[in-house]
Amino acid sequence: MTAIGAGPPADVPAVRCTGLRQAFGDTVAVDGIDLEVRPGEVFGLLGPNGAGKTTTIRMITTLLPAPPGAIEVFGIDVARRRSAVRRLLGYVPQQLSADGTLSGRENVALFARLFDVPRRDRDAQVDAVLTAVDLLDVADRQVKTYSGGMVRRLELAQALVSAPRVLVLDEPTVGLDPVARDGVWDRITDIRLATGMTVLVTTHAMQEADAQCDRIALMHRGRVQALGTPADLRGALGPDATLDDVFRHHTGDTLADRSGGLRDVRAARRTAGRLG
Amino acid sequence: MSVLPVAPPAASAEDPGPLGTLATAARRVATMCLVELQRLRHDRSELVTRAVQPALWLLVFGQVFTRIHAIPTGDTPYLDFLAPGILAQSALFIAIFYGIQIIWERDAGVLSKLLVTPTPRMALVTAKAFAAGVRAVAQAVVVLLLALVLGVALSPNPLHWLGVVVALLLGSAFFCCLSITIAGLVLSRDRLMGIGQAITMPLFFASNALYPVELMPGWLQVINHVNPLSYEVEALRGLLIGTPARLWLDFAVLLLAAAAMITIASSLLPRLVRG
Ligand SMILES: Nc1ncnc2c1ncn2[C@@H]1O[C@H](COP(=O)(O)OP(=O)(O)OP(=O)(O)O)[C@@H](O)[C@H]1O
Ligand SMILES: [Mg+2]
Repeated sequence: MTAIGAGPPADVPAVRCTGLRQAFGDTVAVDGIDLEVRPGEVFGLLGPNGAGKTTTIRMITTLLPAPPGAIEVFGIDVARRRSAVRRLLGYVPQQLSADGTLSGRENVALFARLFDVPRRDRDAQVDAVLTAVDLLDVADRQVKTYSGGMVRRLELAQALVSAPRVLVLDEPTVGLDPVARDGVWDRITDIRLATGMTVLVTTHAMQEADAQCDRIALMHRGRVQALGTPADLRGALGPDATLDDVFRHHTGDTLADRSGGLRDVRAARRTAGRLG
Repeated sequence: MSVLPVAPPAASAEDPGPLGTLATAARRVATMCLVELQRLRHDRSELVTRAVQPALWLLVFGQVFTRIHAIPTGDTPYLDFLAPGILAQSALFIAIFYGIQIIWERDAGVLSKLLVTPTPRMALVTAKAFAAGVRAVAQAVVVLLLALVLGVALSPNPLHWLGVVVALLLGSAFFCCLSITIAGLVLSRDRLMGIGQAITMPLFFASNALYPVELMPGWLQVINHVNPLSYEVEALRGLLIGTPARLWLDFAVLLLAAAAMITIASSLLPRLVRG
């Protein structure tokens, strides 16, 4: 991080959740979560469908209400100062959410404007993030002509154009082929090297979490079942354990759905149709 | 070679105060209107397809009823009388669509992404409302050109045209937010489509768009008086073809109605996101 001075001291966690809870009617989606994401690390929320990953993310990103003191982003209370927190976040939701009727460049410029990037820097900043995600040469095409991997990278650009301190990604690679998947992760890694940004990511892909995350919180039924580096988690189970084994150990044998799956699948299909 | 932007120190996190919030809101409205124009530029054919229905009203209904003099409109030819009504109707149909669009945006994650920007909810709703207005005005240009071709005598006064734009913006803002409000109550696109269809035609028929108020039965006149569409039509008609209009009242009603509906729709936005 090149910016020094008025920023918070280095020991303030990028994200701190304390006793996080959220219920929808009778469904307790998040049931008492405590965690700290350190500045500059890639932190993975790992868990089966319906574990409560998206709900946790939506609380951190101010989309769902949280009580005062429950969530802090770089020391700022999400419940008290939403706008200030939003300025620190770049968010990519689970669904493919770019606007198919606009060009890639227009999609990114929209978010530059919504984050009040000054007019004199705007064009340069939009070009810089489009370059960083390898989309500059197709930037003026309508997004409905993009592939899934390209849309995901465009969404990264949208999230990055405001120079966030924390990048929040909800299943950034779900539905992508292995090449597109690597494309997304390579971009994230480059960007992190260039900016020192903190990344909070959810996934149910074990290998991905193992390869990409500095630390992992394994979630199941709204709780954190295990937390640590991928090596720690594997080591705790035995010398030859894979992260898959860790996952099975903590969530039971299956990847069986709770009701969360269908909602998300439906939403993803709708998105596909829209971008179509 | 361009460099990636690096986060500034968290100094911009101060509370902007009411003036700052207002400035933010104004910028957001401008941004969303710009995006609406960009969308229109990418899909100009929509201007044409959406002109078909008003064209039919003017060509068929307007021409026929002008000829048979079935609806007495004094010295004004019926087609001239009808044109502003059809203008308001086309704006109404466009605006009502925005509630459906916002549910779609919620399902697609777009709304979440917009709400994780430093944009107050009310600014976002206001911005949507005026984006609907921008589209309505673009559509109005097409409808008015058609009216000119059909020989409707439109006012040449540029001030009147400015008034037309304002009336369309305010009217569209109201109906757009009405539809976002219903979206926030029913939360599902299918139900909203049903309700949208069930209310637009009555709003249209229970207004002065097709016939003078004096011809309405008493109960319809009562509805007409609380229907913002009637005030929009009265203003448009007064400005475009010079029929008597209470312009101050019309604009005051439109402004208040739009402001009230923006407030209500904003208060339902969290419910829509949570939904
Ligand atoms: N808006 C909502 N209304 C009702 N229930 C909800 C809502 N959002 C989430 N839930 C429920 O809360 C639980 C956790 O859902 P969540 O989306 O957080 O899981 P997830 O870990 O993100 O799952 P996935 O991997 O499928 O995305 C699920 O049982 C889900 O059905
Ligand atoms: Mg999820």
